[in-house]
Amino acid sequence: MASDVATGGVKVRGAGNSGSIGRTSRIWLTVLAIVVSLVSVFPVLWMVDSAFKTRSTVTDGRLIPKDFTFQNFVDVFTQVPFARFLWNSFFVSAVITVVSLFFHSMAAYALARLRFPGREKIFGLIFSTLLVTPPVVLIPLFVVARELHLLNSYAGLIIPAIFNAFGIFLLRQFYLGLPKELEEAAIVDGCGHRRVYWNIVLPMSRPILSALAVFFFLANWNAFVWPLVSTNDQSLTVIQLGIASFATQAASNWNYILAAATVAALPMLVLFFVFQRQIVESIKTSGLK
Amino acid sequence: MSSVTAHDTAGAKPRTTGGPTAQAPASAHPRLSRRHREWVAAGLFLAPDALGLLVFVAIPMVLSVVLSLFQVSGFGSYQWVGLGNYDRMFHDPLFWQSMKITGIYVVVLVPVLFCLSLALGLLVKQKLPGVGAYRTALFLPYVISLVVVGVLWKFMLDDQVGVVNKAMRAAGFGGASWLGSPGLALASVIAVMTWVMMGYYMIIFLAGLQEIPQEYYEAARIDGASAWRSFRSITWPLLRPTSFFVLLMSTVAAITGGLDLLFVLTKGGPANGTSLAIFYIYQQAFTFGEYGYASAMGTFLVLIMVVFAGVIFKVTKGGRFDDGE
Repeated sequence: MASDVATGGVKVRGAGNSGSIGRTSRIWLTVLAIVVSLVSVFPVLWMVDSAFKTRSTVTDGRLIPKDFTFQNFVDVFTQVPFARFLWNSFFVSAVITVVSLFFHSMAAYALARLRFPGREKIFGLIFSTLLVTPPVVLIPLFVVARELHLLNSYAGLIIPAIFNAFGIFLLRQFYLGLPKELEEAAIVDGCGHRRVYWNIVLPMSRPILSALAVFFFLANWNAFVWPLVSTNDQSLTVIQLGIASFATQAASNWNYILAAATVAALPMLVLFFVFQRQIVESIKTSGLK
Repeated sequence: MSSVTAHDTAGAKPRTTGGPTAQAPASAHPRLSRRHREWVAAGLFLAPDALGLLVFVAIPMVLSVVLSLFQVSGFGSYQWVGLGNYDRMFHDPLFWQSMKITGIYVVVLVPVLFCLSLALGLLVKQKLPGVGAYRTALFLPYVISLVVVGVLWKFMLDDQVGVVNKAMRAAGFGGASWLGSPGLALASVIAVMTWVMMGYYMIIFLAGLQEIPQEYYEAARIDGASAWRSFRSITWPLLRPTSFFVLLMSTVAAITGGLDLLFVLTKGGPANGTSLAIFYIYQQAFTFGEYGYASAMGTFLVLIMVVFAGVIFKVTKGGRFDDGE
């Protein structure tokens, strides 16, 4: 962890304002930053730490486990089909990510570049759906999915999660900022819009697509409410659902519960440390415009 | 671009908004002008997302209003009740209690989150040794799912075995029943949500802060302005678009989000003390099968949110939130 942490998520832009604060206040600010960072990280460390303790020592309040054990993980995986839950989450999140990036970049390209009547109106409509947050339309969405026979299926987990205006919006902003010359040259040369999109626009959007991919994957891996409502088949259980019901079953076997929670969180923690630049960049873009 | 020469009759003209004079290109679509070809392409590019948003966002939104006018029992039997569900809602003390709790939750969480993440953004903007590590550490909780967060904090806040109470007892304060009384439980939910979200908004603030030209601060410093003064006169006004964006996002998220956390951490209890409106609505729909009634409350909640968003948009006017083209 330590080496990744040191590189940090964000590049420091410009000269900073090192000159504007004195040496003493810098020391105090550093101390403050260290303290809040520790407060922020402690619960996560505590979870991972406790997952390696035994049933009798998990509640002893010690930071360093007295008897370090892997047994919790072994037990959790043998008692509960966690491997299946993890696979379901991976499969569903991966498909949603790939398909939605493809669809959103097409739509965003049309909205940013192509000229057609009613473009701004259509964009306005799409933008306004941002206000319709998923929890609010949960019930009618459930009814729609039931009518389309999507309940209790992978398709039902995947398809409704693909469509959100957020991705379209971010990609459109990105395309508006791209230089047009290359596309225009291609069009002048007689390239169709499909080829321009595929051969020029898509390759140029690799940075933002990879940033959004990480972000979408993360969001869908962490999704809970829609899977809870739309599935009850154990073979379709996603990891978050698995953890929630396991936490209820296992009652006060905290060593097991925390081992399971660690397993659910670990892929995202790894993803975060590997791709934190991308995650942070995609959040920064979302806030700017 | 290998077959560039294959069809390039339309090529000579520069790309204009296409007057009626635009001539048809040779191949592929002989009858369509360049302008119309662009329309067709746009339609095809937009089709998947437009269809999906229609079916899975727009229709549900309308359906939410429609459902609210029916009494839905079990699977699929609908009975028209007109505004009956709304009438019931206005006379449902539990609904109003959930609205009151939502009000408290929003009014406390949004400002706390705002101030804290702005402060953190200002802190990690400084060129401190190891600043990348602090940013990482503060953002870390955001990547963990709310389910895991709920499980984790349930463990930490446990009356007997939780590390929070252990630490408090060790320090000489008696422990508290963090999730055991309605008021404290709501405070705990707010605290946990703050812990999860502060790093996210910190990054957004950081991005906004880094947009502010450094020269302004240099100039202010040369003029002898204090840190507070340059915050008031430079940072605060120039950060306005970011501030309102954070305000809008966090308000919407506070009103409609957090279901996962409540589900694991408190289940709306104790004594409905953490039963936010969104949780109460969920319960009515999926625990009691009252889809119609729940839709009425959901529609009401959306209305309130639209009002909130409208107010916030009104104030952002002139900002660069939606810069179009």
